[in-house]
Parts: sequence; C-alpha cells; structure tokens
Amino acid sequence: MSIERNQLIQSLLQILPEKSVLHTPEDMHPYECDGLSAYRKLPLVVVLPTTVEQVQDILRLCHSLEVPVVARGAGTGLSGGALPNEQGVLLGLGKFKQILEINAEQRTARVQPGVRNLAISQAVDSLGLYYAPDPSSQIACTIGGNVAENSGGVHCLKYGLTVHNIQQVKIVTMEGDLLTLGNSGLDSAGYDLLALFTGSEGLLGVIVEVTVKLLPKPERAQVVLAAFDDVVKAGAAVGNIIAAGIIPAGLEMMDKLAIKAAEDFVHAGYPVDAAAILLCELDGTNAEVSEYILRVRDILNQSGATEVRTAKDEQERMIFWKGRKSAFPAVGRISPDYYCMDGTIPRKQLPRVLETMDKWSKEYNLPVANVFHAGDGNLHPLILYDANKPGELERTEEFGGRILELCVEVGGTITGEHGVGMEKINQMCVQFQPAELEQFHAVKHAFDERGLLNPGKAVPTLHRCAEFGAMHVHHGKLSHPELERF
Amino acid sequence: MRDQDISHNLQQQVIDAATSKRALHIVGGNNKSFYGRNISGGVLNVAEHRGILNHEPTELVITARAGTPLQAIEDQLSKHHQILGFEPPHFGNTATLGGTIACNFSGPRRAAAGSARDFMLGCKIINGKGEMLSFGGEVMKNVAGFDVSRLMCGALGTLGVLLEISVRVLPRPELELTLSQEMDAAHALAKLHALGRQALPISASVFDGLNLHIRLSGSAAAVNAAKAAIGGEQMQYDAVFWQQLREQQLPFFKHSQTLWRISVASNTPPLNLPGSWLYEWDGAQRWLFSDAPADVIRNVAALHGGHAVCFRAQHKPDQVFHPLESGMLKLQQKIKHAFDPAGIFNPGMMYTEI
Ligand SMILES: Cc1cc2nc3c(=O)[nH]c(=O)nc-3n(C[C@H](O)[C@H](O)[C@H](O)COP(=O)(O)OP(=O)(O)OC[C@H]3O[C@@H](n4cnc5c(N)ncnc54)[C@H](O)[C@@H]3O)c2cc1C
Repeated sequence: MSIERNQLIQSLLQILPEKSVLHTPEDMHPYECDGLSAYRKLPLVVVLPTTVEQVQDILRLCHSLEVPVVARGAGTGLSGGALPNEQGVLLGLGKFKQILEINAEQRTARVQPGVRNLAISQAVDSLGLYYAPDPSSQIACTIGGNVAENSGGVHCLKYGLTVHNIQQVKIVTMEGDLLTLGNSGLDSAGYDLLALFTGSEGLLGVIVEVTVKLLPKPERAQVVLAAFDDVVKAGAAVGNIIAAGIIPAGLEMMDKLAIKAAEDFVHAGYPVDAAAILLCELDGTNAEVSEYILRVRDILNQSGATEVRTAKDEQERMIFWKGRKSAFPAVGRISPDYYCMDGTIPRKQLPRVLETMDKWSKEYNLPVANVFHAGDGNLHPLILYDANKPGELERTEEFGGRILELCVEVGGTITGEHGVGMEKINQMCVQFQPAELEQFHAVKHAFDERGLLNPGKAVPTLHRCAEFGAMHVHHGKLSHPELERF
Repeated sequence: MRDQDISHNLQQQVIDAATSKRALHIVGGNNKSFYGRNISGGVLNVAEHRGILNHEPTELVITARAGTPLQAIEDQLSKHHQILGFEPPHFGNTATLGGTIACNFSGPRRAAAGSARDFMLGCKIINGKGEMLSFGGEVMKNVAGFDVSRLMCGALGTLGVLLEISVRVLPRPELELTLSQEMDAAHALAKLHALGRQALPISASVFDGLNLHIRLSGSAAAVNAAKAAIGGEQMQYDAVFWQQLREQQLPFFKHSQTLWRISVASNTPPLNLPGSWLYEWDGAQRWLFSDAPADVIRNVAALHGGHAVCFRAQHKPDQVFHPLESGMLKLQQKIKHAFDPAGIFNPGMMYTEI
C-alpha cells in the first residue's frame, strides 16, 4: 500500500466510520464495474457515506488532495459511467435510501439519491400517483443514477425523460459546496442549470437529493401487440401511428431474435415466427383508450401486420411488457455475453440502419438481437458474443462502434439514454467537432476546475480523439486532421 | 423578407466584437425589448437569418433558423395539424423562434405539456469566441455531451447567438373546450389540486379573480368524459380567450402598475401582497400588478420556494430578475465565462455580473 493511499484512507476514516470505508480487494470487488462488465477496475478506496455533510467532507478532502472521485448509484449503468478510477475514490450513494417528503397536493416527492426508481412509484401508489420515467432496470437503478444519465424508459415518448420529470436537485460540488438547482416552482432564476446538470454523468457534481414530479395514474392502460413479417413494415407502422396524431404511452419494437429470447424466458405468448413485433400502449380515460385501441388496430392492419392482438386483461398486458422489459437478461441467456448499443436515429432511417447492421452482422459473424424504443427512434442492438473467445470482444466493440457512427451519419446520436461513459468516448469524436468538445470541457471546468469528478468519461480530450482518429480512418477521411498525430 | 442564411456574416460580427471586446445586443424581432434589464451595445440583428430547414411531421420535429417568425413556424405546423406544445406568447407580430427560446417564453399549456426548454431538442450557436457549434439534434432522445441546448433556453442570448433550433412538436388536440366556474382564489387553487390528482385531459387553467377557467384538450371521448366530471359553464369563443391571455391582451393586463411574474410552488396559498392577481399553470405562475417594493415581493416568492421577475414596468428596478445567492451567482458567472469569455453577448441583460 502506497503512503498516499494510506494517508487518504486515514483521512477518510476521520470523516466516516470504519464500516463505511472499504479498502481490501475483497470488499471493493462488488464495485469494480457497472452494468458494462467488460470494463473492470479497482479504485483506491470505496466510501459509503450516509449524510450530506459526509459527502461534502469527502469531496473537500479529495479536492485538497487532488484525488479523483467517481459517484455510483446502483451500478446498473451500461456505459461504464460508474467504472472506478484506479487513482481515485469510489463514492457510493447506495445508503441514501430515504424518501424525505411526499407532497400529494403539489404532486412531488423529495427523495435521497439512492432511492430506487421503482420504490418512488411504489411509495406513492396508494395516492393514485406514480413517477413516469421507467427504465427497464427500474427495480434496481437509483434516482441519482437516473438524473446523472437522464434516463428514459418505455414510456418516455409520451411522458418525457428524466429531465422532464424532475423539479429540483441538490448537488455537492467538487469543492464541497451544497447547491440547489431548480426550485419548488416550474422554473427558477438565472441559467437553467437543472437542465444542464441532468445527464452530466457524474462529471459536474454529486447529487444528494432529488425532487421528482409525480403524475396521476391513468384510468386505464391497454396494450396492442402486432406481428409483422418484415421489420421495415413494422417501422413504417410506427410512423403511420404518429402521423395519425396519436402519441402512444409506449411504442416498442423487437426483432426475431429478441422475440425468441424473450419468449423462451418469460413465455409472454409472443408470436415467435414474426420478423418483428410492435407493442403499442395507449393510456388515458376509459372511453379514450377504447377509441384509440380501435384506431391503432386499424392502422396496424393497414400497415401490413400479420396479426394484431389486444391484451385481454391486465395480467396479459403485464406479461406483454414483462417480455419487453426483460429482453436484455433474456438475450443474456442465449449468449455467453452481449453488448448493448444505444444509438438514436430519425425513424425514417430505420430500414437503412437495419439493413446495414444485418450486413455487418454477417461480416463480423456476430448475431444481433434488436430491441427498439421505436416511438422515439432509440435503438438497442444487442451484439451476441463470447468474451472467452480470443479477439471476439474486440471485434464486437469495433462492430458496435461502427453502428454508432452509422447513427451519427444518418442524423442521429451515439446515445439515447445510456450515456457516453467510458464506452462511447471514442465515438464522441465522431459526433462532435473539436470546438464543441472544447465547449463541453469549458462547462466541466466551470463546475470542477481541477477535473476531479469522473475524469476521462463522457467527454474525450482532443488528444484522445486524435489518437482514435489515427487508428480508425473512416471513409478515407481522417477525423480531426488539424490535430498533431503522435 | 426571404429565407436566407447569414450565419457567416453573424459569425464575422461576433469575431470582430470579441477581438475588440465590444458588447453586442442580440436582436430578433425586437418585440420583447420590455423584458430584462436595459442594456447598450452594437446591435446584432438575427431576424434576417431565417427559414424553416426541416419539418418531419411523422418524426414530430421542426428545425428552423433562429430569425424565422414564430408565426411562420406555427403556420407550417398547422398545415400538418401540429402545434408548438409550449404555446408560446408572441407579444407582437415580429416574434422570432430564437427570441422565444432565448426568453424561454411558454404559454397556458406549459403546466400540462412543458416549457420551451422541455421541447428543445437541439441548436446551432455562435459562442463568444465566434465558433459555430451544434448541440443536441433532431431526435427525441440524445444524451451525448452536456445538454447545452436546454441551457440556451432562458439564457437571454447571454451565452451565445442562436442560429438554428430544433424543437419537438405535438399533434393538434382533436378537441378543445373551456369550462368556467365562479369562485374565489383559495377555492380555485384547491379545485385545481384536487383535479390534478386525477388523470384528466386538462391543458390549461387560469383564475382571473372571479372565475376559474379550465381548458380540456384531447380526444373527443376523453374531453367529453372530463367535461361531465369537472362541471361549470362552457365558454364561447374560448380559443380567442386563451390567445388573449397568452398575449397579455385580456382586460386584466390593461394596467399602469408594475407587472410581476411570480413563479412559486403550485400549492402556495393566495399570497399576502397588495395588487391585482391572475393565476395560471395551476397556481405555479401568478401575475401581479403592484406598486409594492421589489424586495418585499421577492421575499414572499422565495418563502414559497420560487422567484419573482419584474416582467413589465415603466421604471424597472435595478434587478429585474430574482437575485441569486452568492454561491449560485459565482457558478453562473463561470458558466457565462465558459461560453462568452470576453463578455460580449447582451452583457447585463440578465444580471449586472452576467
Ligand atoms: C437490464 C438493464 C436495463 C436497462 N434499461 C434502461 C432503460 O430502459 N432506460 C435507460 O435509460 N437506462 C437503462 N439502463 C441503464 C441504467 O439502468 C441507467 O443508466 C440508470 O439510470 C443507472 O442508474 P444507477 O443507479 O445504476 O447508476 P450507476 O450505474 O451507478 O451510475 C451511472 C452514472 O451516474 C453517475 N451517478 C450515479 N449516482 C450519482 C449521484 N448521486 N451523483 C452524481 N452522479 C451519479 C455515475 O458516476 C455514473 O456516471 C438499463 C440497465 C440494465 C442493466
């Protein structure tokens, strides 16, 4: 153990009780990766504070010692955002589990950052309210992690992302100052730092409290399942529903491989012969849902669906969704490993993107299962691979990288909801110009002058981009030709 | 005026101003000059940078140059039965999309559907170094990089010149109608909060001192069911009413006193401040005509978790916007510096220090 590390641990023990400071490899092991388990590292030390004051003291200490800090919620992130820094402290917020206040009149809940997403909806269920963003990981992921990633879910087409459903966030800056972003009203004075902070992946501050907005539960929700013999037809059907002026509560698509995996896993009654299925959920008043179900069924039939099924009861509705929400673990069962991508594209580009991915899948000899937030164009291609086969992870990463670059090329983005983290850092060089990346660094600098919060994630340095560009020459063009090569 | 791209011209003006550290006053339709602190500086006219660049009805997005008249945007959307979900006020015929976004102006539908910031998807800007930068995009979900696009909403141009803007749009509701009931402020607020806990298609509310007006929007089935549940008398010509409310043309707004916009927790009881009141956004936005001193009004707003803006006044107080506490002000100054190191964009329009 180096002296500095020892000193750091001793100083942390002045702030925290012994049980809140983990420093043996065995104790730190559960923190070595997030949901992107291909990347693993051990930090110098893991701390698990229980009070805001402790968080402030930890950050002040790390600031003065210039030690990097990585915040962590539940570690379900899929981009390596919570991957520890080997020279730094991993700050776990998992012990902040309290719901501090529920205001039924104002329809808000003030909660600590370690509260699980689903726990909020459960706590307000008896009031007829719920918290709308519902990432598929909602039983495990924390609200702090949701704010840091600006997480979505299957219902964000109608109800928005995390940024649309929070009202106030309290953060501790790297210097240990406690700041409130947003307020109790619908807007606040000065710059909208609440918006800027949401989705900042732990680079700008540590979230210690979140006030979320709650919605009344709709009188009724109903889901229609449609099968298609062609993925492109299913994509067109999505456009047709939107063009009819209908914004479904959820609009999801799965392709053959994903359907098969999900069906084997949860037995949802999915048509396993279909090339694609769409799940379209309508919610609202009873009469409205009945009316829209009929209209959506018509549109789906006219769009060439081979089968259109309305869930016959609430139980069947839940099982239809369960199949979709467990698509990732389901795919995990049919392949030793899978790599989950997260690009977003303008929906009209779907045929082109699917065809290209199919071609590449054959080229790389790596199967792809597609799960798709079809309503908002957010793709989750899952590349199936085996990490034990030499070179297969590298080929998977290369394939994945090309998919993301394709998303940018067709006018989309490399990440719709999982964040850049460590994983997509190189593709940031494809999506953004050097001056834009520099602008991000300037924003980071405004919050964290010494660059100690989650360093090396989310926004690449220009040098990194130059290195990446040297390795990957795309379409014969060198990215960032203005930068010196090494 | 015709559609044209004058971005390079604008960029050159910014570079020149940055080099000589000259302040620029960014102007779009020049119809919102009543808003914010008075400033001086060479005018940077963005209104000529105009034109709709992309409208993809099935993708629910429109992209336009910042100088595009708001009316032109709404006309285009209307052709496809779509609307701007935040129902922005125009405050005159010359309103531009850029000015609306820079002020984050949102109308009656805000409490139900979201503000301009909520609909913002992406933008192209010129920063204070004269660099043209793009953030966000035309897709609904995009978490690559910090959310600079939404930061621009309400920044009053102090962080950059907006060049192009992409916003999400909504389908026009199939049916809208308005129900009116006579009651006092306390009952109106209580009623709105009780209704807010049920899933009803309420798209706007206003209490004008005498009546509570509730607008319902959505499918005919949903609106008609809710109409029976809420009760009250159906208003005639209600579209005009909501437009006049949005544009501050109702009789309530004909007043010579200072107009304050008070943004507080929606369930704040009627506040004890002298003047005449109008409540919107289920109680979260309150308009007050009053001669009460600024700090008195601000203290009351802050006590209820909110802030107060001096919206229109013959004699503006020095602080038009709610003062920031020192830690927050320091951070906001650093943000300003990150985008506009020479401090050339609309300096002082928001705060003296910004
Ligand atoms: C099976 C599965 C399904 C998923 N489905 C979805 C989905 O549908 N939609 C979706 O959007 N995501 C989904 N995810 C991704 C993931 O669950 C989300 O990104 C989630 O918000 C992460 O929360 P967490 O608490 O696990 O955060 P972590 O993984 O612990 O951290 C994520 C990032 O947030 C930062 N962070 C965490 N807490 C704080 C804090 N208090 N202050 C500052 N920074 C913090 C970390 O530094 C890191 O950068 C899924 C993941 C899995 C494994």
